[in-house]
Amino acid sequence: MLGPDITWYLVVSAILFSVGALGVLLRRSPLIVLLSVEIMLNGANLALIAFSRLHGESDGQVFAITVMAVAASEVVVGLGLIVAMSRRNLALDVDRLNSLRG
Amino acid sequence: MIAGSAGNVVVWVVWFVAAFACLGSALAVVSFANPFFSALALIGNLASLAVLYLLLNAEFVAAAQVLVYAGAVMVMFLFVVAYLGGEADAPWAGGPSWQVVGAIAAAAAILVEIVVVIGVAAGDGLSNEGDISSAFGSPAEIGRLFLTDHLLAFEVTSIVLLAAAVGGVILGHHSRRVDDPAVGGRG
Repeated sequence: MLGPDITWYLVVSAILFSVGALGVLLRRSPLIVLLSVEIMLNGANLALIAFSRLHGESDGQVFAITVMAVAASEVVVGLGLIVAMSRRNLALDVDRLNSLRG
Repeated sequence: MIAGSAGNVVVWVVWFVAAFACLGSALAVVSFANPFFSALALIGNLASLAVLYLLLNAEFVAAAQVLVYAGAVMVMFLFVVAYLGGEADAPWAGGPSWQVVGAIAAAAAILVEIVVVIGVAAGDGLSNEGDISSAFGSPAEIGRLFLTDHLLAFEVTSIVLLAAAVGGVILGHHSRRVDDPAVGGRG
């Protein structure tokens, strides 16, 4: 295979996943939390496609496309929730949404 | 042989550009104060990931990534950011400083765990790529797998998408009636 071997792709995928996790933990705006979850899903997708290339079988790419569909559904529901929150004049701040705290 | 090594250098250069664009735009998504710029940076992230997919011979997934993700999903995202006005908030502001330290420590711990697990589990086996046929990653191959080996995943995906569409409609419908005094804010 031309270019870098699979290890390099896995390193990029691991860093992408951690950057996404950092965004989820650090940011308070629910919009950016959603974007960071997308980064995490894409890190996982890159690992799936890299392993698919490693084993020379296309099954991993099928999983990657399924992950893409799930991510699209997640964005639809997440954005619907954020719009509903803003229409109820709730603060767009994940730290202040604690009414369900026990 | 000379053509082969020149091709190798070209692939390495393309990989470096795509990988650094990918990681840089991911950091930009996390660190921009304005959600609109974060969403634009995520489009760059998804596009450079599509280049990495192409280098891994996943042509169909790369095309789907650009069309579905960088196209449809992100346009929807940008519409919502524009609708909400996109209030800027500084990435580190608003909470106690131990939260920032804890978030960075947790993210670093996840990175170390992934690297150690992959290193222990895979060892040297990661540099021996399997041979691939010309059909690898082609739309025909993906479609054949979806309709034979992974038919259940295909059907479940359609149900998930239907549930998401219905959920989006219900969320938008109920929250529209919050100003109606007869409803009284419920729903």
